[in-house]
Amino acid sequence: MKIHEYQAKNLLKDFGVPISKGFAIQNLNELDGVYKNLGGGVVAVKAQIHAGGRGKGGGVKIAKSEADMKKFAGEILGMNLITHQTGAQGQKVRSLYIEAGTAIAKEMYLAVLLDRETSRLTLIAAAEGGMDIEELAAKSPEKILKFQIDPTLGFRAFQGRLLGYGLGIPDSTHTELIKLCQSLVRAYMELDASLVEINPLVLNSENRLIALDAKMTFDDNALYRHKNILELRDVNEEDALELEAAETGLNYISLDGTVGCMVNGAGLAMATMDVIKLAGAEPSNFLDVGGGANTEQVTKAFQIILKDKKVRAILVNIFGGIMKCDIIANGILEAAKITKLSLPLVVRLQGTNAKEGLAILAKSGLKIDTAETMAEAAEKVVKAAKG
Amino acid sequence: MSILIDKNTKVIVQGITGKTGWFHAKQSLDYGTQVVAGVTPGKGGTFMEETVGDKKYKVPVFNTVKETVEKFGATATVIFVPPPAAADAILEAAFAGIKLIVTITEGIPVNDMISVKAELQKRSAECLVIGPNCPGVVTIGECRMGIQPGSIGKRGKIGILSRSGTLTYEAVDQVTRVGLGATTCVGIGGDPIHGANFIDILKRFKDDDETKGIVMIGEIGGSEEEEAAEWIQKNLKKPVVSFIAGATAPKGKRMGHAGAIISGGKGTAQAKMAALKKAGVRVVDNPSHIGQAMLELVK
Repeated sequence: MKIHEYQAKNLLKDFGVPISKGFAIQNLNELDGVYKNLGGGVVAVKAQIHAGGRGKGGGVKIAKSEADMKKFAGEILGMNLITHQTGAQGQKVRSLYIEAGTAIAKEMYLAVLLDRETSRLTLIAAAEGGMDIEELAAKSPEKILKFQIDPTLGFRAFQGRLLGYGLGIPDSTHTELIKLCQSLVRAYMELDASLVEINPLVLNSENRLIALDAKMTFDDNALYRHKNILELRDVNEEDALELEAAETGLNYISLDGTVGCMVNGAGLAMATMDVIKLAGAEPSNFLDVGGGANTEQVTKAFQIILKDKKVRAILVNIFGGIMKCDIIANGILEAAKITKLSLPLVVRLQGTNAKEGLAILAKSGLKIDTAETMAEAAEKVVKAAKG
Repeated sequence: MSILIDKNTKVIVQGITGKTGWFHAKQSLDYGTQVVAGVTPGKGGTFMEETVGDKKYKVPVFNTVKETVEKFGATATVIFVPPPAAADAILEAAFAGIKLIVTITEGIPVNDMISVKAELQKRSAECLVIGPNCPGVVTIGECRMGIQPGSIGKRGKIGILSRSGTLTYEAVDQVTRVGLGATTCVGIGGDPIHGANFIDILKRFKDDDETKGIVMIGEIGGSEEEEAAEWIQKNLKKPVVSFIAGATAPKGKRMGHAGAIISGGKGTAQAKMAALKKAGVRVVDNPSHIGQAMLELVK
């Protein structure tokens, strides 16, 4: 789960991470008094959306007066912000964060995340901040500093000193840096985050550290033990169909193609997308109905796929195991009737009672094409989508 | 022969009193698996009993894994415990001396698994965890641990390992249809932190005389396929057919499995396929061709 910058900063503040004073607003009339409360001078007006690259997209402006602040806020709030992470359709800005300005002496990058290769948390840092870390990792990996965090030892002071020298910040700031890193690691572990990223981490003109931006994402599997984090969820930032699917226990991700697909199992669902592409079309979604798919879920799955108006044909690919194919076939028929399905439907059933299942579909009188292999099914559905 | 488990393996089920745990315990008993006991804290001293037609199921339930090791010599466990208690269940089994811990549970918090993994690394010589979030292990015709359907697949000579459930069944089905059959099928699971990796299982298939070829199914995310490719190139003479799911998956989106995500430009299907091809593995673009490709290599 993702949250906004201002929410992440509020959480991190409680762990002792230094941040600038700021106010989040949803309406322009909430701006009254904000400038004065921030002490005047330079303030930053920042769009709050769940995507990076806000500055480059025109969602972050620096104001030197109250009039400028109000002008920028008026421009940014409600705008459709397009960044490299939002996709071409962009994301509407529904809230702003107005923050006191910082005199920047040095910008750096700092993050805590899981390193899958070692199964350990890792703190990564770079002496150049504010830029795309993925780009830096690809171009000059030697500039990225990495520190493995032992689950019982935590992040140690000596690691913080190594980091301080590596970043080239004054020795007098090392203690502050160690404390900051330990705070980030503690926040990551205690809140079950999946990423804590400070980009940029700033050394100001008084040699103090400030988290100028903050990004946190959370492990969905651990949200059950963090009610306070769940409350920060902003459903406006999430795909409506994906949310609806999740509520019925379906795993759905919308994509840009024309072939809808419904599959049991995540791996098989990805493989199904791949064979659709090999057959010459693009999938409109990823959809895993899970191991115990019943009529209700299959119906819901059809309904969700059909809400995407780009869809021209649907492929159902089920490998029956414990759940037998004849039962699934009946579920598909029932769901097709309930949803008054009129798009071409290709069904591939394999595994337990596959023959019986295919026979049920063939006898149904509905316009359902069947296939034995995934390759055959993909070819049929792509032809139907194009026809 | 086979790997990991056979008809003599004494299996327990942690979480046997739950609906899924009991359902699959019965399926495993039907398969011929020696399910000697179940464990659910607080339910010790009771039995799980059911009569279906002329079949009678009766499995004793204990409070702790330790008791089942002492009483029955259990060496393997399959875990169906819900996510909040699953990490603890894995550790309980490891500390009780269980050698093979198959964890089916989906949705264990990553931070819980970081601690578990650190402990398991210390115990790597004495116990192996498969999963979590995996379909389990089946040695065809002998022993079934987990949720794989018992009805598919005939005994033969191909070892199967995979990060995905239904794609594992797909592979078993295909190698059976082309007449090769399978030895043991291992689903290592779709979570970012898990026990056995591809290499742990490949090593065992390498040493198993009955296994003449290997199907390895990977997916986007992480770098285990690349590491496996390197190991295969150096150590494995047996033919390997591989399919990597997710060539069309968008960056930064989690595709169902918690571990199936391309992040920071890493973990793409294309990079994995290239690494495997370089190692001499036969990589198929279309999962429908797994069986046929294997047949061509193992004649």
